[in-house]
Amino acid sequence: MITLTHYLVLAAVLFGIGLFGALTKRNAIGIFMGIELMLNAVNLNLVAFSRFITPQVLVGQTFAVFTIVVAAAEIAVGLAIAITLYRERSTINADELDLMKW
Amino acid sequence: MIQYAWLIPLLPLAAFAVIIFFTGRNRLLSAGVAIAAMVLSTMISTGILLEYLANPIPVEYALKWIDITNLTVEMGVLIDGISVMMLFVVTFIATLIFIYSLGYMHDDPGFSRFFAYLSLFTFAMLGLVLANDFLQMFVFWELVGLASYLLIGFWFAKPAAAQAATRAFVVTRFGDFFLLLAILTLFAIFGTFNFDELAEGIAGYSNAAVLTVVAILVFLGPVGKSAQFPMHVWLPDAMEGPTPVSALIHAATMVAAGVYLVARTYFLFAASPVGLEVVAYIGGFTLVFASTIAFTQFDIKKILAYSTISQLGYMFLGLGVGGFTAGTFHLMTHAFFKALLFLGSGSVIIGLHHKQDIREMGGLYKKMPITTITFLVGALAIAGIYPLSGFWSKDAILAATLESGHVVLYGTAVIGAFMTAFYMFRLFFIAFMGEPRSEAHETSPSMTVPLVILGLFSIFVGLVGSPLVHDGFGHFIFYGEPVAEHLDPGIALTSNLVALMGIAAAWLIYGVKVLSLEPFARTFQAIYNLVLNKYYFDEIYAFLGNRVVEGISSAFHWHDKYIVDGVVHGVANLTNWTGAKLRFHETGLLQTYALVILSSVAVLVLLLAVLNPPLVLKLGGAL
Repeated sequence: MITLTHYLVLAAVLFGIGLFGALTKRNAIGIFMGIELMLNAVNLNLVAFSRFITPQVLVGQTFAVFTIVVAAAEIAVGLAIAITLYRERSTINADELDLMKW
Repeated sequence: MIQYAWLIPLLPLAAFAVIIFFTGRNRLLSAGVAIAAMVLSTMISTGILLEYLANPIPVEYALKWIDITNLTVEMGVLIDGISVMMLFVVTFIATLIFIYSLGYMHDDPGFSRFFAYLSLFTFAMLGLVLANDFLQMFVFWELVGLASYLLIGFWFAKPAAAQAATRAFVVTRFGDFFLLLAILTLFAIFGTFNFDELAEGIAGYSNAAVLTVVAILVFLGPVGKSAQFPMHVWLPDAMEGPTPVSALIHAATMVAAGVYLVARTYFLFAASPVGLEVVAYIGGFTLVFASTIAFTQFDIKKILAYSTISQLGYMFLGLGVGGFTAGTFHLMTHAFFKALLFLGSGSVIIGLHHKQDIREMGGLYKKMPITTITFLVGALAIAGIYPLSGFWSKDAILAATLESGHVVLYGTAVIGAFMTAFYMFRLFFIAFMGEPRSEAHETSPSMTVPLVILGLFSIFVGLVGSPLVHDGFGHFIFYGEPVAEHLDPGIALTSNLVALMGIAAAWLIYGVKVLSLEPFARTFQAIYNLVLNKYYFDEIYAFLGNRVVEGISSAFHWHDKYIVDGVVHGVANLTNWTGAKLRFHETGLLQTYALVILSSVAVLVLLLAVLNPPLVLKLGGAL
């Protein structure tokens, strides 16, 4: 029998992997992928909670759809930034993009 | 005619505006506009005078200027004996002085500007005279001060003139500050600015201490404006202005505004015996004090300036001892003969090509007969020789002083009469008699005709207050009961005798030179120097200004610079320093920031678990 806890553990693992990727990857695309993984972990949580706690109302599912839409838009913007960066500086290595420092 | 009284000040104002905006380039047209406005004003005020003489009932009308809850300020007109008298004196003398200025300022590049300022001044002065409301009076009182500033500093390229103008403005403003305090106090107590309503309120008010304080505060305004001790220092310096200005403003009208104010608010002083005493003693002291300085001066206008201060002292003495009629009577006669003396001195200055030192004059009677005769008339009038105008008014003041029982002040006033005669005839004998010391010529008719007219008035205007006229000045202008004109032979003889002694002494010393003051001056060198240097008042004020005030203000400056600014700059510097140190932890790498956010969240969650375990348990329980 698969319980809520299973889903939550899976989501936590996914989130951890995504976080690790986002924090450690040099490549901007890699960071994006990490962030997407984290978003999907959250989606999983939303749907799982909704399914197990309030099965009559589809709140979590609705939220998940919204998250997917926003994530798609975010990817569009993010990739555009990545392309622009590459054109400007011939790199998308996050270590080298430290213009915001003192 | 009385319903047109509001036109009297507005005509000169219109002249001022027209000259400033339109006719400034055309000298004669500007002068014409100013003189035409003045003549019209004079005609209206003469009409009002005649009407009021026929039917002496005070009239008051006003427009509401500000009208909100608990505050009504009016701009209005109050026609009664004293304002009718002042209206006539101011417009009449101003007209003569405007005409005189045609000659005096003939070659001046600022000719049009001069007439504009003169018009502005007469507007302010006439507005002050007509005021039915204390606040309105204060507004015009300040406008008069402004016009005086502009006219004293008329030759502003001359540093002395610019300084004198500033000085006059600052000193009189100092007095005005107390006047404003008094006005606001009266408003706080009685809730009105209107003179009649204030008089009614004060009549039913019993706190004498408050009234005394307010009366003294009111009086400090006139002390500044009328150059009484110890705020007299600006008037002699104000002689830097053109001579017609000195005649109009600093002799005949503006300085008389202080006397007029005390007369206008006499209901307040009458309710405060102490206030009246202060007025009387300040006046009595000033009249002798200023006379002594006049002994030692050599600038013809400075002598007249100190003489003005001294005569204003007489007026305040008269008002202070309860001689309302006497004080205002002297105000009127003085306006005529002092304007005459100043215009005469102006004529001398022009005739001698701008020399003002009486030691360079002499023998002017041969070259300038009209000026000499009219000046002599003025000098005799101010000395109080029977039957010239000064005699009647000075006699009224002396009589009022003796009647009120102020024997010391009476003695002072008699000594003052001697001194007045002495310094005037010292001036007369040195400048007009003896051997000529400079080239001179008689001046143009535009200057001598006003002199002759003023001379005639100086002789005859006193008769309105003499026993020869039934129901004269004392029935026209009085406070309380009408005053019957009378002549006390004893006082009249005394004052004439001391005046003649003064003239004789001046004649012996400066006319035939059989006596000399040289040994006296040498023996009492210290006293002589003290008087010559005007009792070192300028130096005392310079010391107070430079050392005392500056010392106090430098302490405040130190406090402001190091304490207040120190705190403000300290906070800013601390922030700046902290920022400078903290900025090095900013790596600019997104991932570092994300790590910091992650660890912060972790720390927060841990903190929450430690500080509030039930909440965390509850969250866990939900799973």
